[in-house]
Amino acid sequence: MRKISTALIGLALLVAACGGETAETPDSLTLVAHDSFADAVTEETFASFTEETGIAVDVLAAGDAGGMVTQAALTAGNPIADVMFGVDDTFLSRALEEDVFTEHTSNLIESVPESLRLGPENLVTPVSYGDVCLNYDKEWFATAQLHVPTRLDDLRVNVYAGAMVVEHPATSSPGLAFLLATIEEFGEDGWIDYWTDLKAGGVKVAPDWNSAYYGDFTRYGGDRSLVVSYASSPPAEVIFAEEPIVEAPTGVIEAGCYRQVEFAGVLDGTDYPEAAGDLIDFMLSVEFQETIPLNWFVFPANGDAALPQEFVEHTVIPESPAQFDPAYIAENRETWVQLWSDLMDS
Amino acid sequence: MVRRSRIRWGWLAVAAVPALFLGYFFLYPLARILALGLSELGVGASGVEDRLFRVGWFTFWQAIVSTALTFVAAAPMTWAVGRYEFKGRKLAMALVTVPFVLPTVVVGTAFVALGWRDSIGAILAAHVFFNVAVVVRTVGSQWRRLDPDLLHAAASLGASPRQVMRRVTLPLLRPSLAAAASIVFLFTFTSFGVILILGGYQFATLEVEIYRQAVVLFDIPLAAVMAVVQLIGVSTALYLYSRYQERHSASWEVSSDASVPLPTGRSRLWVYTAVAGTLAALAVPLFTLVRGSMGSYRDLFGADLVVGDPGAAIRNSLLTAAVAAIVALVIGMMAATLVSHRSGKLSRWFDTTLMLPLGTSAVAIGLGFIVALDWPFDLRASLILVPMAHALIAIPFVVRITLPAMRSIDPDLRNAASTLGASPWRVWRRVDLPLVSKAALVATGFSLVISLGEFGATSFVARPNTATIPTLIFRLLSRPGQSSFGMAMALSVILAALTAGIILWVDRFRAGDIGSF
Repeated sequence: MRKISTALIGLALLVAACGGETAETPDSLTLVAHDSFADAVTEETFASFTEETGIAVDVLAAGDAGGMVTQAALTAGNPIADVMFGVDDTFLSRALEEDVFTEHTSNLIESVPESLRLGPENLVTPVSYGDVCLNYDKEWFATAQLHVPTRLDDLRVNVYAGAMVVEHPATSSPGLAFLLATIEEFGEDGWIDYWTDLKAGGVKVAPDWNSAYYGDFTRYGGDRSLVVSYASSPPAEVIFAEEPIVEAPTGVIEAGCYRQVEFAGVLDGTDYPEAAGDLIDFMLSVEFQETIPLNWFVFPANGDAALPQEFVEHTVIPESPAQFDPAYIAENRETWVQLWSDLMDS
Repeated sequence: MVRRSRIRWGWLAVAAVPALFLGYFFLYPLARILALGLSELGVGASGVEDRLFRVGWFTFWQAIVSTALTFVAAAPMTWAVGRYEFKGRKLAMALVTVPFVLPTVVVGTAFVALGWRDSIGAILAAHVFFNVAVVVRTVGSQWRRLDPDLLHAAASLGASPRQVMRRVTLPLLRPSLAAAASIVFLFTFTSFGVILILGGYQFATLEVEIYRQAVVLFDIPLAAVMAVVQLIGVSTALYLYSRYQERHSASWEVSSDASVPLPTGRSRLWVYTAVAGTLAALAVPLFTLVRGSMGSYRDLFGADLVVGDPGAAIRNSLLTAAVAAIVALVIGMMAATLVSHRSGKLSRWFDTTLMLPLGTSAVAIGLGFIVALDWPFDLRASLILVPMAHALIAIPFVVRITLPAMRSIDPDLRNAASTLGASPWRVWRRVDLPLVSKAALVATGFSLVISLGEFGATSFVARPNTATIPTLIFRLLSRPGQSSFGMAMALSVILAALTAGIILWVDRFRAGDIGSF
């Protein structure tokens, strides 16, 4: 009897919870993100949000950015979470076309530089960005007594092209970003010629970032001293060095960078749109933004957030990285990748 | 009359649990996502059939070649462990199993570091590396159980060793050869990570293409078509396998306690050469791991270099594996009981369907979970999805491992127990269970290691951000810095050691009477 009544009370509570007023403050919100964000979330990540609002944040990992957006598109209107973070500019169009977001304009949007605000601001909020840039092995260049290239055009020469490894744009997100950077630089008419030269010069193609960086890069025993990586890689080299080092062993080439912006949005169909919006505002607050570099190795979107010392010392933020309109990328990506593959894989 | 119908109800209950599990966690989500994709199917863009054919053909032939090469590579060690008892055999069997569970991304990185990639050769080599264990264990363990008298009889009648092999041993080994071949074929036919990492873009299997269409290009209809093509291929292979088994099984005698001899003289040399050679070849990529991991163990557990806690990841992995193993064991043994007691079309179909998850697109299952499992409860982001996905993959192994043991139980024993008044449940508990308990332990061990190493299906399921060993390895590997790389390698070595330990432990219980894997 006792058991039955406990069960009934439980059921009643469940019903109450399900049919509760949407304006109510929830006990917890669910944030869905790609694996590389979700996996680095700790108890501290959202602690002060929980402290301020009394709302706990549960994080779901949903695969890579593409997989996450696909899941969101398939569940549009009946979402598995309240907030989604980590849609980048290459997948933004899909998310917008499939109506996965509901309206929320962040009260901090004005602190985000204009150049990062690529999406409709009432639906998506830029939270972080990362620059995909060529990295070079300082020691190798010093020993070879070669100048570090400063323009994409320099790489047409065999001595550089043959020292370079790039990731395949079909299987790698930095690979796609670097392809986009070359398309921006040389235009729709010129990029194929450029890659033809790189191929003739002996550029190596790796399937993904891991194998390019840890397999081919001279710093890790490979035979390539130029690798497509991130502007945040040199500080990471310092932070994750086995023995403490004062100077980053790798450097960033400022030309030919591509800026990937990552957005957050409130998922359409959430029971708590208001609280979900608060969570997005929290993610854009200076307090949260300043934790971004050392946890996820990308840069804060809020211009008021200060960078950690390692980032100030060991990297550069390129002044004019390549960027495209998300809709333009969505429209052409398949064709570009196909053309690139036809050229490079043959 | 009453008694008879009660027995039938009992069987129905035994059938219902695995059927419901498979229906809810496999068939229903798969049907939902395929229906969704196919209903939106428009007029295909030009060249689609062309690409489909090209990808389908590549998928098929690389799987056939991979399977054949795996058998060639596994032959010497299979012979050694099948024919002889020798010192260190159990350790060798545990070590040979390690590659089978290593995450693809780790092995891929090791292969890349060795300079093997972007070629069909690298893909085939990796497939052989991963699957040698399947052949050695499946065929080797059946070989050990062959009645030595048969072989001696053939020899004393004047058959040469080659004739004995061709006319006696191989025909008797057919069931396990077919089982191993079908499992290796399924794994390589649906290969994903290996192809993506070592093949670049020019080599795409159906599974890679499904991922690309669904996740990168959001062409769900085309992805659904490809998933259907893949399912047809897998079902055909499974159908042929079950037909083959039907024709060739039940014709072999099991010697419950075969006395496997110690090798002497020349054969001793051959045995050790075969085992050491196989292990040395498998160790080449592993060696890169161990070398890369040196000096990183303290980092891994010491400083706050890792954002995620490796200790917690190991605990999460073990917990997930435990849940997956329990589910797989219960469901798999119920299914095996059913299949072993009932011969007939239905139980054969059941057997085949249980194998299907091994050969179904992980992308399709993951997306199927997302569209289907919001009823009757919203499980789409639940903690239990990952263990359930792992259980789906482990169940075929549980069935394959426990089925031979169940079949080898003398029906007279059961009949005697029934005649003496035992209920079917009591018969199962007092007769079947003690006889299959060793097989069940081995099956548990395999379910554990399958779950520990699983990464592919896991990454397509939305899940709470509790890192597991493979996901933490992946994250460490996607971060620059020497210590990140070292820690990823160290964690991989820990995973390998855990695997070897579990296999070593369950192999202690492996006797002559059990196991097809």
